[in-house]
Amino acid sequence: MSQTILEMNSITKTFPGVKALDDVNLHVQQGEIHALIGENGAGKSTLMKVLSGVHPFGSYSGDIVLNGEISKFKTINQSEALGIVIIHQELALIPELSIAENIFLGNERAKKGIVNWNETITKTDKLLKKVGLNLSPQEKIIDIGVGQQQLVEIAKALSKNVKLLILDEPTSALNEEDSENLLNLLLDLKKQGITSILISHKLKELIKVSDSITILRDGKTIETLVNTNKDISEDRIIKGMVGRDLTNLFPERQHNIGEVVFEVKDWSAYHPVTVERKILNNVTINARKGEIVGIAGLMGAGRTELAMSIFGKSYGKKITGKVYKNGKEIDVRNVNKAIANGIAYLSENRKEFGLILIDSVKNNITLADLNKVSKNNIINPYEETKAAESLKSRINIKAPSINQETVNLSGGNQQKVVLGKWIYTDPEILILDEPTRGIDVGAKFEIYKIINELVDNGKSIIMISSELPELLGMCDRIYALSEGEITGEINREEANQEILMKYMTKGWGS
Amino acid sequence: MDAIKHLLSENIRRFGMIIALVGIVILFQLLTGGILLQPLNITNIIMQNSYIIVLAIGMMLIIITGEIDLSVGSVAAFVGAIAGVLMVQSELSVFASILICLLIGAVIGAWQGFWVAYVNIPSFIVTLAGMLLFRGLTLVVLDGQTIAPFPDGFRKMSSDFLPDILGGGQLQLFTLLVGVIVSVLYIIHEIRYRRNELKYNFKVAKVPLFITKLIVLVAVINIFTYVLALYEGIPYVLIILALLIIGYTYVMNNTVQGRHIYAVGGNVNAAQLSGIKTKKVKFLVFVNMGILSALCGLIFAGRLNAATPQAGNLFELDAIAAAVIGGASFTGGVGTVFGAVIGALVMGVLNNGMSLMGIGIDWQQAIKGLVLLSAVAFDVLNKNK
Repeated sequence: MSQTILEMNSITKTFPGVKALDDVNLHVQQGEIHALIGENGAGKSTLMKVLSGVHPFGSYSGDIVLNGEISKFKTINQSEALGIVIIHQELALIPELSIAENIFLGNERAKKGIVNWNETITKTDKLLKKVGLNLSPQEKIIDIGVGQQQLVEIAKALSKNVKLLILDEPTSALNEEDSENLLNLLLDLKKQGITSILISHKLKELIKVSDSITILRDGKTIETLVNTNKDISEDRIIKGMVGRDLTNLFPERQHNIGEVVFEVKDWSAYHPVTVERKILNNVTINARKGEIVGIAGLMGAGRTELAMSIFGKSYGKKITGKVYKNGKEIDVRNVNKAIANGIAYLSENRKEFGLILIDSVKNNITLADLNKVSKNNIINPYEETKAAESLKSRINIKAPSINQETVNLSGGNQQKVVLGKWIYTDPEILILDEPTRGIDVGAKFEIYKIINELVDNGKSIIMISSELPELLGMCDRIYALSEGEITGEINREEANQEILMKYMTKGWGS
Repeated sequence: MDAIKHLLSENIRRFGMIIALVGIVILFQLLTGGILLQPLNITNIIMQNSYIIVLAIGMMLIIITGEIDLSVGSVAAFVGAIAGVLMVQSELSVFASILICLLIGAVIGAWQGFWVAYVNIPSFIVTLAGMLLFRGLTLVVLDGQTIAPFPDGFRKMSSDFLPDILGGGQLQLFTLLVGVIVSVLYIIHEIRYRRNELKYNFKVAKVPLFITKLIVLVAVINIFTYVLALYEGIPYVLIILALLIIGYTYVMNNTVQGRHIYAVGGNVNAAQLSGIKTKKVKFLVFVNMGILSALCGLIFAGRLNAATPQAGNLFELDAIAAAVIGGASFTGGVGTVFGAVIGALVMGVLNNGMSLMGIGIDWQQAIKGLVLLSAVAFDVLNKNK
């Protein structure tokens, strides 16, 4: 068991101006699940890119020893030939192709360039069984869920005779159920002798499945913890990651809750394409002044759909229902009206729906309310700069200047920019959809602090999250959403993961 | 040393195309034995490229929003044909005809913008259809014939010069005066700008650098007007161009609408969720392109002194090339009006220089193609560094 399959010794990799990896060591034993953890920018992804040959031999210093031999990978193909397969955070599947075509993409079962479809399909079938997917190999990727797509990626890796499987944040886009599935599969593969390196921000799952945990911070190896008994505490890991004790994951807050400010009544909506599918069914929720209201639900429950349909009817068809602010009905027919009525919506995907990546911090912040710094449609550049500067320092966006393009910022800082954009519009109600997805522990804490500051100032917050501990730690009250219906409303004092899960999995009419 | 290196690489990216333009100018100045920069030829370059510059400005906005317009050449021809019918055949007044033509341009832009923005048909398809549609309609309107000649008042716009009211002889004194006036306005603008920045505690350039910049630009302005003054002075069309360049630059940099155009091109989803009416923005950008295509058609018809069925052939490609050389990106969100003008001039000087050298149209096309490719390749490689 304790045979070393991989040694990475004193790996140092520099990019112009930055030392991304500084004398990093990683030792992985044969047949184990090895977790790699660290804050964003700690160097995890870079390290894996060095290992898989994305950063070719010669562009780094140090040795990669695989099964006792020094490897000098120039391309990904060379590392794959030796059984190292990396599954990236952003899935690399082609949506319009079938599962079978995707699995054997670049590795087609073919003779003289002619594809043998029978072999392709049969082999795919076997691989899908192995990863526990009950789907036809001819199904298109676009038609299956994200969790299933992730499993297809693993099947693809298995097709390449994988010996060392590297997963970069495999569960960040998955709900609890799918995550569970995936982790079980990893344990399964382990039994079959496949070694995995797992990168994740979700400490709970890491502790549950990994045998050892290597912590990186600022491009350096901090320590490798042995986790044979799955009993390392989260605090212990966090301490290593941030280099300090984080006594509480969630900052303290006074709970000063006032009158009901925001109400949504009998809200229903249908799917934009298949219009007979009801996505939201008579949803009624409210939020009070100074309150954080959570919305818990599994993937596909209609959380984002609810938020977006309220925010200027940005999602869905045939929307019915009413929205009230301070007892008066308000018009949310389009995004402009929603913003004008004091609603803000932070989308779950900041790169796709939140930021203009090629634009500066300043332009992103002022975008949703340019009128504030302009007169007769002419922007006052000085006022705009002043406004952006003051917001940058207020919520501590770490960027060299407000003219920095947001594409160059870390995930946490990008999220702060989007949050800043909405704070700038001075809303009364903020709907935050997965506000901490894909960002590291330190940045999460800062986002929580900003959220707390907002409610302290009398704002109302509706928070959607896939991470139940986050909802439990932050919210005063949590609604459970299941298949488009509110199935429960739980107060802070009574809420725990089991109760939430029970309501979240309640189906129609049951 | 590092600081100088940094300054240099920074500026190569910012001023890359200007440097390329200067390089091409110097190259052809040598190759043509000094003909390129003679006052007559400089005036020619401006007038020959005026209509492409007009298109390039509109095309830049289109490309910034992430779209494309292949129909501009046909639209220009169509509007030119209408102008011929109105002015030559119906003998309508020049002013009324121009107004009607611009309006028609706007309607055509609205037609295409409607399909692109509200029906969600890719602009490539919509404007490819428009390219055929309006070329066909041009033939219908002209009945396959050429209409000529246009009234004098109309021709002035594209081929005449501001009169020298100061009555200079060899040298156009009025043109020199305009140069001085523009310089003074420019200095006043820069000083006011600097004062504002100081008021808001911004970092500003040190005084010597600031003054150097003023001196250089004032010198450039006055050398330019001096060269023009050596020939016939300032063409009317240059005034139109100057107004368009300044106006559109201002709109793109300083107004809410301009910012919205960049935002729509940068990330249409994020723009939509920030309350920007993205469809309306796209629609209006196409309306704008229609108007500028019409203006292009008018200038071209005036310059040719005829409305012909072949007018505007391949203009769309020149305009797209100009925008791309000038820094536009087909993924949208990037580009400046000034860049489009520089891009158009790069192509214009290439055309002109090669013609002066007696290079045939065959090789001119080939070389222009390579220049377009290398300009973009240079930009891409530079960004990847």
